[in-house]
Amino acid sequence: MGRPDGNGAPLLEVRDLTKHFLVRRGALGWSTGVVRAVDAVSFEIPTGSTLGLVGESGCGKTTTSKLILALETPTAGSIRFEDREVGALDREGRRVYRRAVQAVFQDPYASLDPRMRVGAIVAEPLVINAGLDAAGRRRRVLDLLDLVGLPARAATLYPHEFSGGQRQRIAIARALALSPRLVVLDEPVSALDVSIRAQILNLLADLQRQLGVSYLFIAHDLAAVGHMSHTIAVMYLGKIVEVGGADAVALAPKHPYTKALFAAALPIELDQPREEITLSGEVPSPLAPPGGCRFHPRCPFAMPHCATDEPALRRESGRLVACHLY
Amino acid sequence: MPAVIDVRELRTHIVTRWATIKAVDGVSFALEEGETLGLVGESGSGKSMTCLSIVRLVPRPAARIVGGAVRLDGDDLLAKTDAEMQQVRGRKVAMILQDPMSSLNPVFSIGMQMREPLAMYHDLRGGAVAARAAELLAAVRIPSPAARLRAFPHQLSGGMRQRVVGAMAIAGPPRLLIADEPTTSLDLTIQAQYLGLLKELQQRHRFAMIFVTHNLGIVARTCDRVAVMYAGRIVEMGPVRRIFTEPAHPYTRALIASIPRFGARRERLTAITGQPPDLAHLDAGCAFAPRCPSAFDRCAEMPAEADITPGHTIRCWLHGQA
Repeated sequence: MGRPDGNGAPLLEVRDLTKHFLVRRGALGWSTGVVRAVDAVSFEIPTGSTLGLVGESGCGKTTTSKLILALETPTAGSIRFEDREVGALDREGRRVYRRAVQAVFQDPYASLDPRMRVGAIVAEPLVINAGLDAAGRRRRVLDLLDLVGLPARAATLYPHEFSGGQRQRIAIARALALSPRLVVLDEPVSALDVSIRAQILNLLADLQRQLGVSYLFIAHDLAAVGHMSHTIAVMYLGKIVEVGGADAVALAPKHPYTKALFAAALPIELDQPREEITLSGEVPSPLAPPGGCRFHPRCPFAMPHCATDEPALRRESGRLVACHLY
Repeated sequence: MPAVIDVRELRTHIVTRWATIKAVDGVSFALEEGETLGLVGESGSGKSMTCLSIVRLVPRPAARIVGGAVRLDGDDLLAKTDAEMQQVRGRKVAMILQDPMSSLNPVFSIGMQMREPLAMYHDLRGGAVAARAAELLAAVRIPSPAARLRAFPHQLSGGMRQRVVGAMAIAGPPRLLIADEPTTSLDLTIQAQYLGLLKELQQRHRFAMIFVTHNLGIVARTCDRVAVMYAGRIVEMGPVRRIFTEPAHPYTRALIASIPRFGARRERLTAITGQPPDLAHLDAGCAFAPRCPSAFDRCAEMPAEADITPGHTIRCWLHGQA
């Protein structure tokens, strides 16, 4: 299941990761509620492999990625990276961790400083972290630009002189500057023109093959996730409802929510008959998630005990599913 | 059947200090009652500008409709005065835009903003307005519609807001509905609900629909015909099934091939090389030629629109040219 390039030992191992946000209201700022943004989430990412994380807005994808990037502190649970507990790292250990885990965000117009030249943008992580002299940094920048398919003269230009796809290449070059082991890709192609998306997805796949880097790939475009990922995890209201090999989850989903999500993803095959599930209702507020299975109010197959018993992730046809149907 | 909307050789230019951008450059299509045309293409290809030209809401003074004709049930919209256009917009031609908050006023309740067009176009007064507004909300499947009339836009979810916009759009009922990326800001499962709703409303009111999107999957599900735009022109147009199974224009072919599919994991995607065209500096010939794998010397001239089969038209020297 989804670890063809790696040797089996997970690079990143997340166990029961939980993040609660307190909601404060009023002048005194007393806590009036808890949003369980991420609730006991577990997964692993082997070396050189890609985990696709999908779900609708508010399901906890981005919070999960922030926890992994150490931009938020978990309420509970563990993140192990290269077999070491991230929460227990000392100052130096955290510095090393932050170098090894980098990110590429959705909007290459917002993530690049318009007043810096591209060379300086890509070199910035090297100034702080790599201990290279100016000449060494220049060589490294040119190598990186070449790696992402940009000409050397790009280093002397400003971000506004590039198109969206080229800017995303710059952002990728910057993320790769410190030779990370894991890159969080948060909607890396959704801001790009359709004709450019395939270029960037191909580039990311090539870089993974060349460098053996692992990806956490977050996207709304399920076809892109299915294409890029070895493993797919589906989140709903802070919980993982299904996780397994990309083909198993995308082509033969088991959880009713996964089925509805992939049915709604509208593949363009005209004749391929699909199981059509259109969900009624909307995602409930994470402030007051439904009891039992969080999906039961919208589930077309809900049974009486779905409202009271929360299903655990169980093995079913080569993947893990949290559903009482199985 | 006569066409509801007939657009002929529409040209809209944007004049800036540095260059004249031909945002819409000779676009023609016609739609019958109950028919849906998908308008696809990347940003800057002229999809939205075509739609804005139909309702004559192009950003003036920079943008100007410089040529062509737009006929709604035989009536030339480009010849109408501004006051006459007021009677067309929102009534005979309705629009649903990507972001519902750009169509709704945040400081008025839903009932308040629905009241204005109902009173203006349909001459309803007093209790009849509220009753009609609630009826429209019920038609777009908003639960407890009468209570929702008192709600403000921020109290509704994105999907519900877009339903309110849909309710206002069908008040006419319109002859033509222009939906410009109506589901792009919605979550996937909500998107599926909304597309189902639009089709249902269309079946009831028989309006023609122009559906602007860059998502070919949505086109496959909701449209009868599809027009592919590139650099201000329709480069290929035909029935959805035909375009998806036998795309003829190199751009359409590349676009369909570049989309990741389920079950073809980690094969290399067929990428379109190069960058989208700079509309301010277009050459005289086919705008796709610099990125086209099949380009040859003749592409330096602009190909005319030609039929491959009846109803399947293309602008490309590789096909159907004498």
